[in-house]
Amino acid sequence: MAADIIQKNPSPPVPDSPDGGFLGSARRSLSQSGIFIAFVVILLLFGVLTGGTILAPQNISNLIVQNAHILILAIGMVIVIVAGHIDLSVGSVVGFTGAMAGVFIVRMGLPIWLGVLLVLIIGAAVGAWQGYWVAYFGVPAFIVTLAGMLVFRGATLLALGGQQISPFPDTYRNIFSSGFIDGLTGYVIMPDIPLLGGGPADVFTLLIGALAVVGLVVSQTRSRAARIRYHQSVGSTGAFVARLVISAVVIMYFAYKLALFKGVPYILILLAVLVLAYSALMNRSVFGRHVYAIGGNLHAAELSGIKVRPVTFWVFVNMGVLSALAGIVFTARINLANPTNGNMFELDAIAAAFIGGAAVTGGVGRVAGAIVGGLTVGVLNNGMSILGVDIAYQQVIKGLVLLAAVAFDVYSKRRSGSH
Amino acid sequence: MADHILQMRGITKEFPGVKALQDVSLEVVRHEVHAICGENGAGKSTLMKVLSGVYPHGSYSGEIVFDGEVCRFPDIRASEQRGIVIIHQELALSPYLSIAENIFLGNERSRRGLIDWNRTNADAAALLERVGLTENPTARVMDLGVGKQQLVEIAKALSKDVKLLILDEPTAALNDVDSDHLLGLLRGLRQEGITCIMISHKLNEIRAIADTTTIIRDGRSIETLPMTDEVTEDRIIKGMVGRDLDNRYPEHTPTIGAELLRIEDWTVHHPQHRDRIVVDRANLTVRRGEIVGLAGLMGAGRTELAMSVFGRAYGAGISGQLYKQGRPIRLRTVRDAIDAGLAYATEDRKLYGLNLIQDIKRNISAAALDKLARAGWVDDGKEFEVANRYRREMNIKAPSVLSVVGKLSGGNQQKVVLSKWIYADPDVLILDEPTRGIDVGAKYEIYTIINELADRGKGVLVISSELPELIGICDRIYTLSAGHITGEVARADASQELLMQYMTRDQRTLTGLPAEAIEDPAHSVLVADGPVVPRSGRSAGTDD
Repeated sequence: MAADIIQKNPSPPVPDSPDGGFLGSARRSLSQSGIFIAFVVILLLFGVLTGGTILAPQNISNLIVQNAHILILAIGMVIVIVAGHIDLSVGSVVGFTGAMAGVFIVRMGLPIWLGVLLVLIIGAAVGAWQGYWVAYFGVPAFIVTLAGMLVFRGATLLALGGQQISPFPDTYRNIFSSGFIDGLTGYVIMPDIPLLGGGPADVFTLLIGALAVVGLVVSQTRSRAARIRYHQSVGSTGAFVARLVISAVVIMYFAYKLALFKGVPYILILLAVLVLAYSALMNRSVFGRHVYAIGGNLHAAELSGIKVRPVTFWVFVNMGVLSALAGIVFTARINLANPTNGNMFELDAIAAAFIGGAAVTGGVGRVAGAIVGGLTVGVLNNGMSILGVDIAYQQVIKGLVLLAAVAFDVYSKRRSGSH
Repeated sequence: MADHILQMRGITKEFPGVKALQDVSLEVVRHEVHAICGENGAGKSTLMKVLSGVYPHGSYSGEIVFDGEVCRFPDIRASEQRGIVIIHQELALSPYLSIAENIFLGNERSRRGLIDWNRTNADAAALLERVGLTENPTARVMDLGVGKQQLVEIAKALSKDVKLLILDEPTAALNDVDSDHLLGLLRGLRQEGITCIMISHKLNEIRAIADTTTIIRDGRSIETLPMTDEVTEDRIIKGMVGRDLDNRYPEHTPTIGAELLRIEDWTVHHPQHRDRIVVDRANLTVRRGEIVGLAGLMGAGRTELAMSVFGRAYGAGISGQLYKQGRPIRLRTVRDAIDAGLAYATEDRKLYGLNLIQDIKRNISAAALDKLARAGWVDDGKEFEVANRYRREMNIKAPSVLSVVGKLSGGNQQKVVLSKWIYADPDVLILDEPTRGIDVGAKYEIYTIINELADRGKGVLVISSELPELIGICDRIYTLSAGHITGEVARADASQELLMQYMTRDQRTLTGLPAEAIEDPAHSVLVADGPVVPRSGRSAGTDD
């Protein structure tokens, strides 16, 4: 085609890709998995500071169970941020939907499945309401969701009639918070390994952990093989293997701790399904591509024929549904629907998304990153509580960590030359 | 012995992995207009950034001697204090601030921290007079056309008592009228004793105004030519490119077929000022295998016409008819337009055409993701293959299709844009300023691509401000003036003077086509085989 006929010009040589080899590849992996490394470091740091308390099986289990609602919000939030918007109302929506769950299930005595379904529909309706104003009417999301924050906090009070609702049915609490798969395939008595602990360990949990590791290895190997087949550049084999080994160790560590406690929390299964589904959605679906395109350059997306308004609309509907789910999970955990439920949750969710690598201007961000970001915030909260740090200082430290995380991300992106 | 106001000696500037400048020398005589020429990526902007202090002393090696003194600028302020002012290609004006505020930005007329508005506006008015602007100094800069904004930048430079004015592609975004005005202004400045360095791709302007031209290629200074009559544009191109370019425009014999797109009675109103007519009853046709040009001054309505046709992406109160292969079509959204077989490559590729933070692969697939997706899931491998194919065929210079588009040169970015639209498999491509800001070699590549598109049976509508380009590649050229189609000229009859004549017509003076246009079959390069017979669906005889 053109290549045959045109007269080629001498042009400056295209710079080679930066150093290959193990170190170069390690450096690249480092900047990409910066948040993951930070998470592990912070966990170990608190492990040392708390004398190992934070790493006790019950605590590790709690880390996941007690932060689940933030992680669910973070998944929705990172998608909103990638699309170039923000949602400040999620905390209030969590409160509102939790209140409605209480109204349906406790006050009105509806069957749990019906109550949950109705609450999720309410979440979708909230998202549709906000999505309409942002996508079709053109009001900036900051304002729409700020208004939503106020509106739905008020709605929470209205729904509760100024009272609390408690307790929720045991089944409800079990499914969405306190349930575990325990003892399904028996236990194995583990000796007391230094730094890891011992005791009866649920075999099923260990199997799930092993399955997760296998799944990770298989999928990473396949994608690396595919990249090689298409002549894309891959890091050195050494760095690849090292990354896999470290990930496997971390996964099995968590699995072991869970196994020593009560096994696999139901909520972890829910989270795993959500993470896998939403990662696939963002990375591989047309919808996900459209979200990244809109966030990266709105006008270019429009002129490429991408239907910006419906995509934006559904991003907010999705956030509404996930907020409702978080509302259910949270009320199940604290067994209480309260006018102040959800207060400030949006900040944790936003912090999780940004610590996880989302860009303020949109177009960049990953679900996996948001999860790691959310866990990091969770570890911070948990660790500081165990250490008995004053709540005021906790706030200060959390804020500074958020700043440091994003500053580090900006710095490492500038150094690697991509911006 | 010439009196050199500036001597740059042995300048070498490196970035990780790339030697942008190698042992470059530049000598500028006092009071002259010195042009710097070179392809995109040759190092012209880098050299000016070294001179102006954007790249501070220490980040490069070599010596800068200005006005007899060795200079080591730590930042831009230092160079400005010595009287060196640079006006970048992307104007550094704050759109919502007034002209006066912009002129004195960073250099405020103030006393003890409080701005003296009277002095600001009065001084601004005086400067505006020097550059030939009659605007009120309190007018908002964003309300001015880009030609006038350029003059505001020069006023800003004058306010800093400039001795050496550096202009980076000053007329790139200007139409001919504004360009001439600017060049006249530069001549005036030369008289006043200001030395000018002008980086430009516009060889005709360089010949018109420059006293000396330095050619930079691949980070080295190649030669410095005094602009005598022997130094023709071709001579400069040869220096820039390093070899003879026999033709700036590739040879092309058109094979023109049936009518592909017809725009009839097309009227568009301004989206904010609904009573302003931006396009007025325009009529335009494009045939298979034909390259049609659309010429017009800035503000004539070319982009507005194109964008409003392209699924009403611009404008309000749009009326008129569109026909695709003889059948009426309604394009209500951009997606409708793409599905109907239209493509539109925007005028500003960075602003509207590309997702700069994404890689080449994702940009190429952006308009036609459906071709790569099944049930909503994208086939990554196929996408990669498609992108690689275009990278090879269009000669996009990048390490891989995973390279981020924002880091490519202008020419390569434009090729990504073209790849995106070609992949969407349109019948008609509307290309808005497809070679703006691109070096000579890459331009030739793009002309070749356009010719091939025509050979494949597509219709191409090229909007351009460069009349020689339109005459060089188009089979037929429409002229647009203040929203009216004022002329339709065949290639054989086209000349810059004739086109400019039509482009400056105030309104349609004739209901039909101008007499000089294409009625004479001996001069016509239109329909090859008699009257056009519209067919439903694709006509036979094309490859796709």
